[in-house]
Amino acid sequence: MNVVVCVKQIPDPANPGELDPSTNFLKRDGKLILDESDAYGVEMALQLADKAGGGEVTLVSMAPNSETSGLRTALAMGAAKAVLVSDDALKGSDALGTAKVLAAAIKRAGEADLIIAATEASDGYTGTVPEQIAAILDVPSITFAKHIEVSGSTVKVQRQTEAGFDEVEADLPVLVTVTAGVVEPRYPSFKGIMAAKSKPVDEVKVGDLGIDAGQVGVAGARQEITSVTAAPAREAGEVVEDDGTGHEKIVAFLEQLKVI
Amino acid sequence: MDKVWIHAEMGGDKPSTITLELATKARALAGTVEAFYAGDNADAVAQELGQYGVSKVYAVDTGGSLQGPAVASAMAAQIEGGNTPDLIMFGSTYDGRDVLARLSVKLDRPVLTNNIDVVEDGGAVRCVTQIFGGTTIVETEFKCEKPHLANFRPKSFAAEPGNGTTASVENVDAPEKARVRVVERHVEERSGPILDEAAIVVSGGRGLGAAEKYSMIEDLAKALKGAPGASRAIVDAGWVPYSYQVGQTGKVVKPNVYIAAGISGATQHMVGMKGSKNIIAINKDPEAPIFGIADLGIVGDVHKVLPALLEALKGR
Repeated sequence: MNVVVCVKQIPDPANPGELDPSTNFLKRDGKLILDESDAYGVEMALQLADKAGGGEVTLVSMAPNSETSGLRTALAMGAAKAVLVSDDALKGSDALGTAKVLAAAIKRAGEADLIIAATEASDGYTGTVPEQIAAILDVPSITFAKHIEVSGSTVKVQRQTEAGFDEVEADLPVLVTVTAGVVEPRYPSFKGIMAAKSKPVDEVKVGDLGIDAGQVGVAGARQEITSVTAAPAREAGEVVEDDGTGHEKIVAFLEQLKVI
Repeated sequence: MDKVWIHAEMGGDKPSTITLELATKARALAGTVEAFYAGDNADAVAQELGQYGVSKVYAVDTGGSLQGPAVASAMAAQIEGGNTPDLIMFGSTYDGRDVLARLSVKLDRPVLTNNIDVVEDGGAVRCVTQIFGGTTIVETEFKCEKPHLANFRPKSFAAEPGNGTTASVENVDAPEKARVRVVERHVEERSGPILDEAAIVVSGGRGLGAAEKYSMIEDLAKALKGAPGASRAIVDAGWVPYSYQVGQTGKVVKPNVYIAAGISGATQHMVGMKGSKNIIAINKDPEAPIFGIADLGIVGDVHKVLPALLEALKGR
């Protein structure tokens, strides 16, 4: 079974994000890393391919400046190869533009039985790209999976709902988005890290995918940020060191609020 | 605006709170508000939504599949037939996002997501979003033809009934064939209030140290008749299910009291709880960002403070 995983390379979430004041785009010119949310999808793909008795796990990603550091992390976990779309024309792309690019990259990656993505990226968190990809590729999609099982040509998923979960199934090929914590991502081994350095990364431009430049970037986004302002800050209250009576302060506070 | 559509969903046996919030806002924006609904009891839904100003409910039969392609294709069919609203509002919910995303491809329209407000200014429609953990507010204007597509975070608007009557129901076809079969629905047992509607929320984070320590959070929530929540870190670690997660990728809560225990306050978490009326934080690290927004901060070990607090609350 061949699995394609959409992965995003994002600025380190430990550092506060910043907008470029001239364009209002999120700054992503520093080092990028594999979005932690995607590590679950990569792990899930590797386990499912393994259980199915073989097949390749291929990564697709869109990132500026030919960035591959996040891809190398996922390749070191065990993915076989990657398609990377890197093109200045993509700057300012919105969710739909991104989905068009990734859908074309998935086609380029070869026949996929299963496409896996995170429910949303940690930096932009639009949360619509995977479902948009499924719509463009015209495949069924199951979002918010907390358990995935493939038997024969059917995928069975436990899908998170407000009330609990639904058991749903569909015939392959299918796109599935996975919630964090769905599996325990492996740490790349030293051997894996070394092997990742020579695994193929097929770097392409928008033109190579047969996409018109007007469909992506600022022109394709058809939206404009008109104002960026600081939110009113919430003021800090009293902060005290616990000297063994910290719980009494909490009790007193709750009493004052009349909730106990 | 002339007409706004909303995507209506059930929460238990009634239209969900977010649906009523969307209807209330839509009523303020436009003269005509209509809803698309896929599920049972469309007549009962129409009666309730009518009170909130919805004049018509389009009832979509998904044929036992997930909503996304079916509802999106039903909406697109109306639009292709010339029935085009100015704006279509969705909740940022599991099914709402699916329908929104499918529709954006069908209509080739951009989407604006995770909004907390929408404003009309002359002919322009702008959506308001919080970014960077709620520290920055961004307004984005649609630069395309209607219908504009957007989703909204829960609790962005107050849900207030108007003086409407029952909405009419029109059954509409879903041209797109169902390909994902819902085999069975599981409702998880819950004791106490649900997370996003509880007056008191007690959340635990990595500072708890181990999965089994989460029981302290559940015990405290129970003692205070509140709901237990969690930071993303311990959901990712598999200590508690995703449905417990408070934050950007989880639930938005605005309780009267929010207690954060062993949570440092990553922006991802804060965006989901900073609207709480009163915030109490317990954390070992005096530099933890959570103290920057807490009304009462206890710098201390959750393993000492929580058991003492539970003991003190006993018998009250």
